[in-house]
Amino acid sequence: MSVLTSNILVPHGREEAWRFTPLNRLKGLHDGSAAIATHRSLSLKSASVPGVTFERVSRELLPSLSTTDDAIMNRVREFSSDVAVLKIASNSELSEPILLNRESFDLTSAEYSRVLIHIGSNARATVVASNTGNTLLAEEIEFKVESGASLTFVTLQEWDSQTVHVAKHHAIVDKDANFKSITVTIGGSVVRLLPTVEFTGPGADAQLLGVYFATTGQFFEHRIFVDHCVPQAKSRVNYKGALSGEKAHTVWIGDVFIRANAEGTDTYELNRNLLLTDGARADSVPNLEIETGEIVGAGHASTTGRFDDEQLFYLMSRGISIEDARRLVVRGFFNEIISEISDSEVQVRLMERIDSELVKAGA
Amino acid sequence: MSTLEIRNLQVSVDTENGAVEILKGVDLTIKSGETHAIMGPNGSGKSTLAYSIAGHPKYTITGGSVTLDGADVLEMSVDERAKAGLFLAMQYPVEVPGVSVSNFLRTAATALRGEAPKLRTWVTEVKEAMDALSIDPSFAQRNVNEGFSGGEKKRHEIMQLELLKPKIAILDETDSGLDVDALRIVSEGVNRAKDANNLGVLLITHYTRILRYIKPDFVHVFANGKVVEEGGPELADKLEAEGYAEYVGS
Ligand SMILES: Nc1ncnc2c1ncn2[C@@H]1O[C@H](COP(=O)(O)OP(=O)(O)OP(=O)(O)O)[C@@H](O)[C@H]1O
Ligand SMILES: [Mg+2]
Repeated sequence: MSVLTSNILVPHGREEAWRFTPLNRLKGLHDGSAAIATHRSLSLKSASVPGVTFERVSRELLPSLSTTDDAIMNRVREFSSDVAVLKIASNSELSEPILLNRESFDLTSAEYSRVLIHIGSNARATVVASNTGNTLLAEEIEFKVESGASLTFVTLQEWDSQTVHVAKHHAIVDKDANFKSITVTIGGSVVRLLPTVEFTGPGADAQLLGVYFATTGQFFEHRIFVDHCVPQAKSRVNYKGALSGEKAHTVWIGDVFIRANAEGTDTYELNRNLLLTDGARADSVPNLEIETGEIVGAGHASTTGRFDDEQLFYLMSRGISIEDARRLVVRGFFNEIISEISDSEVQVRLMERIDSELVKAGA
Repeated sequence: MSTLEIRNLQVSVDTENGAVEILKGVDLTIKSGETHAIMGPNGSGKSTLAYSIAGHPKYTITGGSVTLDGADVLEMSVDERAKAGLFLAMQYPVEVPGVSVSNFLRTAATALRGEAPKLRTWVTEVKEAMDALSIDPSFAQRNVNEGFSGGEKKRHEIMQLELLKPKIAILDETDSGLDVDALRIVSEGVNRAKDANNLGVLLITHYTRILRYIKPDFVHVFANGKVVEEGGPELADKLEAEGYAEYVGS
C-alpha cells in the first residue's frame, strides 16, 4: 500500500486544466485526502475466447506507457498496486465484443485503477466497458493499438447519482491502425473524462465520438486531446450533449495539436449541445494549434442551441404530443452517435435511459 | 360530415419593429367533400393562414375565430388540432435529423389512433401508401425530410395525408416543384384521400395545372391578407390569363 505523502501538486481550480471542474465535489480525489479503497471493481464479463487474456499485473512490471501532468492520474499511478491488462493477440478477428464490467457501491473510499488494453498488430476487436453503481473512481486506461490493428472502445458511464468518476483514456495508435471510441456519459454526480490520442505511426486513424446528457446538478466534463505528432494521421471528433435542469453543467474541450512534422494531417472536431431548459450551462471550447501548413485539412465547429421550434411544430402537427415530440428530437439528436454502437441491446438501453432522464428533468 | 369555419381571422407576426398584421379578416368555410382553391400573389398571407390554422407558434391571433364542428380550434394545442382532424401539408416540410420516417409515421399514427397500430397490418399499410406515391421503400429508413428533394418532400406529405386520414386538409403549394409525373401521382393521392374519407380540402396554389387533376368546387382570390373574390373553377382560368392586377394595389 502506498504512503500518502506525495509531491504531486494539488490543483486549486485556477489552472487551465481544472478551471471548470468543481474540485469541492471530487470527494478528495484531487488532493489525495480520500481513503484508498482495496476493492477492484473491474471484471471481464464475456466468456473467454482464444487470443484474449485478462489478468492483473504488478505495477512495477508495467510502468505507464504515456506521460501525464494530471494530478489525479499521477495519484492513480502512485496508489494502484496492480494493472488490469486486457490483451488481444495479433491477427485476432473477434466477432463478438469483449465486455468489461465495472460495478461498485462504495462511497467511503476511492478506487484508484489502472487499466491497459493492448491489441496486437492487425487484430480487430470491440471492447465495451459498462460502468454502474455509486462510487468514487479515479481511473487511467491506456490503449496500445499496434500497427494495422483496429479497436473500437465503447465506454458507458451509466452511474447512479452520487458517483464521482475521474479518468484519462489514452490511446497510443501506431502505423495504419484505427482507434474508435464511443463515450457515453449519462449518470453520476461529477464525471471528468480525458479522452486523449497519441499517434506513433503514419496512416493512423482516430475517431472519438461521444454523447452526454446532464440533468439537474450533474457535472460532466470531456476534455479531448489529439496529438498529431506523426505525418499522415487522421482524426475525427464528434461529441453531442444535451442538458436539462438547474445547474446541469457540461464542459467539452477539444484540443488538437498538429506538430511541425505532422504533414498530411487530416482533422475535424465537432461539438453540439442542446439546451433543453433554462438554468443549464454548456461550455464548449474547440482548440486547434497548427505548426505546419502542409496538411490535408483541419477544422472545428461548436454549436449550442435550443429545441428547434420548427421541428417540434412539424411533429406535433401530425398529432404527436409535445413530450413525445421532444423525446423524438432528443433521440434523433443522439442517434447519430448511439447508432454507431453495434450492440442493439445497448442502443435500446441507452435510449431508454435518455428517455427517463428527459422525463425526470421535466423538459 | 365536418365543417371548418374561419371567421374574420386576424393574425400578426412579431418582428424586430413590433407586430406586423398579415391576415386582415379572413372568412372561409370548408365542408367535408368540398375542395377550395386559394390563389393569390406572393406574400399575400396564404401560408400564414395555413400555419395559423395548424397552430404554428410564430403567429399571433389578434382577432376572429376558427372552429371545427363548433369546437374552438384556436384554443387547441398543435397536436390537439391534428387529433381533431386537421392536417397541413407544408410548403416547406421540416427536416428532423435522426428520426426515421418509419418511426415518425408510427408515432404519429399511434397518437392519432389512440393506440399503436398492429405491427403486421401497419407494415403493409405503410408499404402500400409509399407504393401509391411511388416512394422508394428505402425512404422508410431515412430521416424525416433530411436530404429529400423538393418533390420527394411533397410526396412524403401526401403519403402522410393518406395514412393519417384527417377530416380537413390544407395543402400549401403541394404542387410547387413537382415534375409532370409527380404532379399526377400526388394529385391522385389527394383524390384517393378525398374519396376514401370524404376529405375537405383547402388547396393553396399558384397554378391551374393542379386544378385539372384536383377539381375545385370553389376558387378564392387572396390578396393583402384576405379573401377578395370568390367564384367557381372558371375564376382560376381568369386569374391565370389576367393575373392579380385588379386585386392588388389600391
Ligand atoms: N417575421 C416576419 N417579419 C416580417 N414579415 C413577415 C414575417 N413573417 C412573415 N412575414 C410576411 O408575411 C407576409 C405573408 O407571408 P406568407 O408566407 O403567408 O405569404 P404567402 O402568401 O404564402 O406567399 P408565397 O406565395 O410566396 O408562398 C409576407 O409579406 C412575409 O414577408
Ligand atoms: Mg406560402
